[in-house]
This record gives sequence, C-alpha cells and structure tokens, in this order.
Amino acid sequence: MAKLAGPLEIYPLLPGTNCKVCGEANCMAFATKMAEYTVKLRDCTPLYEEEQYAKKRVKLEELIRPPVREVTFGTGEKAVSIGGKLVLYRHDLRYTNPTAFFIDISDALDADAFAKRVRDIEEWTYVYIGQNLRLDGIALRGVSKDPQTFAKAAKKLVELTDWPIMLCSLDPKMLSAAANAIADKKPLLYAATLDTWSEVGEIAAKHGLPLVAYVPGNLNDLASLANTLQAMGIHDIVLDPGTLSRSGLGTTIDCFTQLRRAATVKDNDVIGYPLLSTPISVWADYREGEAPELTKWDEVLTAASMIVRYSDIVVLHSLDMWTNLPLTFLRSNLYTDPVKPVAVEPGLVKFGDATSDSPVMYTTNFALTYFTVESDIKQGNVDTWLLVVDTEGMSVQSAVAGRKLTADKVAEAIQEYDVEEKVNHRILISPGMAARISGETEESSGWTVKVGPRDSSGIPKYLQEKKWQEE
Amino acid sequence: MTEQEKKTTLDEMFGEFAELVLENVTIELDELKIALRPMIQQVAAQVAKPALSLPKSLIPAKFEPPFGDYSTKIHEVTIGATKGEGGTRSNSVTIGGHEAPAWDLFQSPPKHPPIIAADVFDMKISLAKAVKTHYKEVMEDPAEWAKLCVNKFGADVITLHLISTDRQLKDTSPNEAAKTIEEVLQAVKVPLLIGSAGDPEKDGPVLVKAAEVCEGERTLLCSATVDVYEPIAEAAKKHDQVVLSWTSLDINQQKELNRRLIDWLRPEQIVIDPTTAALGYGLEYAFTMMQRMRLAGLLGDSELQYPISSGTTNAWAAREAWLKDESLGPRELRGPIWESVTALALLLAGNDLFMMMHPAAIKTVHDLIDWMKERKPVKADDYPDWTAMALPEGV
Ligand code: SF4
Repeated sequence: MAKLAGPLEIYPLLPGTNCKVCGEANCMAFATKMAEYTVKLRDCTPLYEEEQYAKKRVKLEELIRPPVREVTFGTGEKAVSIGGKLVLYRHDLRYTNPTAFFIDISDALDADAFAKRVRDIEEWTYVYIGQNLRLDGIALRGVSKDPQTFAKAAKKLVELTDWPIMLCSLDPKMLSAAANAIADKKPLLYAATLDTWSEVGEIAAKHGLPLVAYVPGNLNDLASLANTLQAMGIHDIVLDPGTLSRSGLGTTIDCFTQLRRAATVKDNDVIGYPLLSTPISVWADYREGEAPELTKWDEVLTAASMIVRYSDIVVLHSLDMWTNLPLTFLRSNLYTDPVKPVAVEPGLVKFGDATSDSPVMYTTNFALTYFTVESDIKQGNVDTWLLVVDTEGMSVQSAVAGRKLTADKVAEAIQEYDVEEKVNHRILISPGMAARISGETEESSGWTVKVGPRDSSGIPKYLQEKKWQEE
Repeated sequence: MTEQEKKTTLDEMFGEFAELVLENVTIELDELKIALRPMIQQVAAQVAKPALSLPKSLIPAKFEPPFGDYSTKIHEVTIGATKGEGGTRSNSVTIGGHEAPAWDLFQSPPKHPPIIAADVFDMKISLAKAVKTHYKEVMEDPAEWAKLCVNKFGADVITLHLISTDRQLKDTSPNEAAKTIEEVLQAVKVPLLIGSAGDPEKDGPVLVKAAEVCEGERTLLCSATVDVYEPIAEAAKKHDQVVLSWTSLDINQQKELNRRLIDWLRPEQIVIDPTTAALGYGLEYAFTMMQRMRLAGLLGDSELQYPISSGTTNAWAAREAWLKDESLGPRELRGPIWESVTALALLLAGNDLFMMMHPAAIKTVHDLIDWMKERKPVKADDYPDWTAMALPEGV
C-alpha cells in the first residue's frame, strides 16, 4: 500500500501555535487525526487565513493529497465529490466518498417524459437502518445528436433540478453547446477521447469544468490522455477505461483493478484519478420486443462488480426498486467504516413509555440486528422493553449456532439488567431464530418464553396484536 | 522552448483564453491586444502554464501493470473421488491453488474457478416463496431433490444438510442419517458435501457417521467449530475426508481453529468459512474477512492458506429479498438478484465454494465465473457509444 503521511511528517508543517481553533487540544493531536483522515485540513483555519503559513499549507496539501484525487462537481448542497480514495482495500483504512449513482436521461424525450424522469430519479428512495438511501445525479445523454437540442435540454434540466449533472456526448460540438448553456452549474463533461481531446479539453479548460477521459480497453492510451489533459491545465479528471458486461466483464474488472492498484499501491500519479463505469452500456445488447428484465439483470451484475471493483461513479439506466436496492445496499455495506464496532452496548432499552405491563423482547447486540429490531419496534409504535443480550456482536442465527446465545446468557441478562424489577409479568418474547433455545431458556430463567416472528419485520404486527399475551 | 518563444506563443494564444482571464471585461480582442499590450504580457504570465502547454499532440505516458509480490499459494483442495481415485463419483472438483488476489487477472487468473454447491435438506423446511416454487415437488425426498439440482439447475456439487438430526426437530439418529446419505450418493454422481444440523450434541456423532459411510468419496464435512471439532477431525483423518472449518466473523478464531485441526489433518483437507451475512445485513464483514484471509494466505500466513466457502443462501435472511411488498418490485426477481449480488461480492473477495439455492442465482454465478475467468482482447469499436443510444424508456 502507498505510504500515507504520518503525524510526524504533518506536524512540522502546521502552525505549531496550539491555538485549538480546529477543535483539537493541540497541533500534534490534529496531526494525528489528519494522518487518519478523520479531520479536514481546512479545520486548521490559521493555515488558510494567515499569509505566513501559505508555503506550509501548499506543502501540506501536497503531502496529504490522496493517491486518488478528489473531484467535485455540481453546486450547492447537492454537489457530489468522488474519488479521494486513500487505500486499495477497505480494511487498510476505509473507503471515502461512496460510489455516486448517476441515472441517464435522454435529450430526445418530450417535455412531459423529461420532467417525469427527473422527478422519478429525485424521488427514488428507501429507508435502510435509519438512513434514506438515494441516487446522486443525472446523466444527460445527447441522443438527438443535435447541439442545440442538447443545450436546450441541459437548460431545461437545470430549471427542473438542483442535482449534479453529467453532460454525455462523444461529439465536441454537443459538449460545447451544452457547457456554454449551463457551465455555472459545474457539470461533469463526458468525454474527451483520443480523437477529441484537444477540442474537449479546451471546453473544459475554458469553463473550468471537470472532465472524463475515455479510452476503452487500453490503459497506456488512457494514461497518455490523462497526462495530456493534465498538461492542458485540467486537474479535475475522471477516468473511464470502458465498461463491458457478460463476456467482457473479466477485461473490465481487470482494467479497473489495475488502475486503482497502480494509483494506491504503486503511487502512479498520472492515473491517480476517480474511475467512472457505465453499466448502462449493457443496453446496447437489448433488442426491441425482448423482456427488459434480462437486460436490467445484467445491468445490476455489471454495476455490482464495478461498485466492488473501485468505480467512484456509475451511470445506470434502470430505475427500478429491485435493481437499485441491492446496488445501494452494496454501496452502503462496502463504504461502512471497517473499524465501526460490530456490537452495540448490551442492556435494557425502553421504547415509548414502557411500563410494568409492557412486553419484553430480547435480541442480540450485533449492531445490524439491533438497529433493525429497533426500527421495527419504533414502526410498531407499541411501548416495549428490549433486552439486548451480549453475543459478542453476532446475529441471532449465527449466535445460536456458534453457542454465543444460550439459555444461560439470556437468564443472566435478565438478572444483570434488573428486568424483573421493571415489569410485573414474566413473559419473554424470543427472536424466532432462537426458537431452538426457548425451552432451555424457560428452565434457566423461570420466565415463560414466547417465540416471536422469525424476521423482525413481523414485530409491529406481533406487538400490535398482543400476540405475546395469547395462550 | 526558450523564454522568448514562450512569450510569442502566448501572444498568439491569448485569444483562446481571453474569455477565461478577462471575464466581465468587454473589450474586443484586437483592441485589447493593442491597447493593453504591456498588460497582456503581465496577465498572460499568470496564465502562462495552461496556455503555454496546450499540447500539439498526445503526450505519451506508459502504464506499468502494478504487479504484487506473493510468497505463497493457497492450498488446493479436492472434493469427491472417481472410481480411479477410490470413490464412486463421476468426477471430482478442486478448489484453491491461487497465486494472486482474487480476480486480478493481470497477475494471475484463478487457478481453479470457484464452484457451486446446491443445498439439499433431509426434511421439509420453510423457505422463501420464490425459492420454494422450484423445490416444492421434491421437498420430502432428498434424493430427488439432489437430482433436480444437478440435472436441471446445473449444480457442480450437492450439500446434503442433515437438519432432521437436530434434537429440536426430528432427532434422527446418525444411522438413519447415514441411510439418507447413501440414497443421495446413489441418486447423483457429483461430489457430495455433508452438513450437520448445528446441534452441539448431535453434530459430532452425525458427522463421524457420515465420514464413515462416505469412505473413499472424499466428502466435505460441514462443519468443525471451536466447540465441536475433535471427533470430526479425527473421523476425517481416519476416513480421508475434507473438513469445513467454520467460525463467526473472527479472523483470530479462524486461525485458532485451523491450528487445532492441523494436528489431525493435512492442509489439503481444510476449507474455511468465516460466515456469510446477507447483503445489507453485514455482508461487508464477510467480504472483508475473505479478502483479508486470501491476502494473508498469499503473504505467508500458513494458518489462512485455505480455499474459502460461503453459505450464500444466507442472503435470504435479508427481508428485502422476500418481503411481499409491491413497491419493492416483483419478489421473483428481487430474491434471486439478492442471492446473486451477495455471491458476486464474495466472488470478488475471493470465495471458492458457494452453497446456494435459487436456480436463477446458481445460473447467474456460473455465468459470472465464466465471463470473468479470462481477459478477452476487445477492440475499441466494440465498446458501444452509450451516450447516443436510443433506449427503451419507462419500462
Ligand atoms: S487550528 Fe491549526 S494551529 Fe491551531 S491547534 Fe489546530 S492545528 Fe494547531
């Protein structure tokens, strides 16, 4: 892995006044956190405001620049940053800037369909352990092949949405027209190729816009193109080595892997840029009259491969729940900080105004299990006690199998967290997945055990219908 | 280029950048050049870098493939045995043997492509509807179930889960379980894997019996755990079987268990399983565990140089895979794509053996392995221009 700067390299370049403006106790503390990238250099405001530190600042910025540069586009709150990657494997530190999902829109759509598509993209959402999963931006495609139509569609788009935009065409005239129209929204330009780099490079330089360099299947040429754009003074570059599905998937994964590995492990600066993939390309194989589900299936597989293999932004056509749900889940999973604890604190948790008559459920202290159960209890809106048993951070199913969740542990937890003082009754609702140990649990705790739903999505109904009180 | 030349060029090129440099200044370019010549030199000097270096042709850069240095290989493990090898299977399968991180094709393609085992249970169990549809005819008959998986769904091997031996379920005896094993061995000729019920009292005796009746077949006994491993390892040694070393998302525990197993077994008799959590419900732990184990194995950690197995069917623990909820789209698609994406992530992390259930997911993972196992040179023209394609909208 490329060597990231250590605190001792960072410290001498900080002001050294220990002024605490950054919120840290002193400059050394800040340097330590900077080395782990858990603070931003900008938080040390003296570095930016005082002329005397200008030189140090420039050196520091260079020192801490991630091996994969960060590229930001769009404006305002919705602006999206991609890249900024520090490591090859998430366990080496963590992945930053989750893969951005851009959904295409054609400039050839009629006004109503165009507006509806924008709305559908903006409204796609799903609640997943307390957070709203969403898409990130809109990729306007120049299907019309007419610069004026393309520019008009771009204008229309910024009227309809404040989401980040990618302008997509391989024709420089198209890009020039649309960039002129909406440059102030800082769109990402797609793309400069081996044939068009000088024209497209100029458009990007003129408007100060980030630019995708696209060379399919040839990493030498792609490096040369990036090198050339860089020499033109363009620093916000995104690389697209081409995306193929099916029998081309091996080649595609290999190209992305080589690029990211070279940037992070071998410090190859020329290609140290975010990577873009286009699972939307699978639609080239779609034939009219075919069931679109098959093509969508391929798009999901291609996108999932690219999310795992280092794509910082993906362009998709499908907008279904069943296609984008697994993809947004995959992104959330891989971009979770790997040092984030697997476990929550064991104990007794009170929901609503739980009283001595309220039901008592138990679950394990695996964070995901806990948060899922928590959100289901809240959804049920019934006052409830939840006993969180220490299973060393394992889910119910694995904990039962691995003997981390046993009758004795449940009985101990009842004692330890004084559950018998909190409620009058002695009925414990067990997770459905722990049905196996319910008999033993009755013996060791003296409580009556009712087996609850197998999946916690059944909890709201179970509680609302007071099933635990049934004989 | 000399300093003098630079300036001349700049003057010519200034036109290109006029808009950029002098935003808000409305003077015609020619006028500007004449009136502000001394200033041009000054302003131009500031933009010297971008303007100057507008290249006339592509500036070549060479891309060096980023090879790594791996000192050791993952062990090769063979499951199943043909007549010639002392068993009765029509073929055997080998996994592992890798010399580089998973799917880094430029370094080394997978030595043995991963394989898929279809799950078969020895009694009727509750299954998600999208899965059950495909098995409802055979759920009372493990032999027919196994045949269906091999003949129709293309499974490479079969895992027979002896869950009825659980004291909480049917408490089937090891001898009765052995009969089921024999039936399945008769019914299909692919290699067989045997799974126990996860009952700490029964797992030992059941797997010991399985090792005995599978003498010569080189079966995979699933699983040895930190709680129950001795009898299983001993039986595997005696009857030359392979053992699945199963732990729960804990790399140190995995090393510890492997260290103990090696007292009985040869390295070619161990497959490891760090536990698979579903997409959305802890998949990242399994993903990272597998990646770390594969890398550690390649970098010389002898306790982790084993092929990896995944209980991918666990993907169905995610409610999004099976919930009856129209707003999430058809569950006939949602379920199998969930199992497929769970498998795909772990495939890329370095998994070798997938235990799966949904026929569409099994087919998908087979296809993926086929598509991914080699690099095919593609001409630039074969990449479609997706920016200008007419696509079906609103479908
Ligand atoms: S703000 Fe800067 S100078 Fe002040 S303590 Fe923090 S790091 Fe040091």
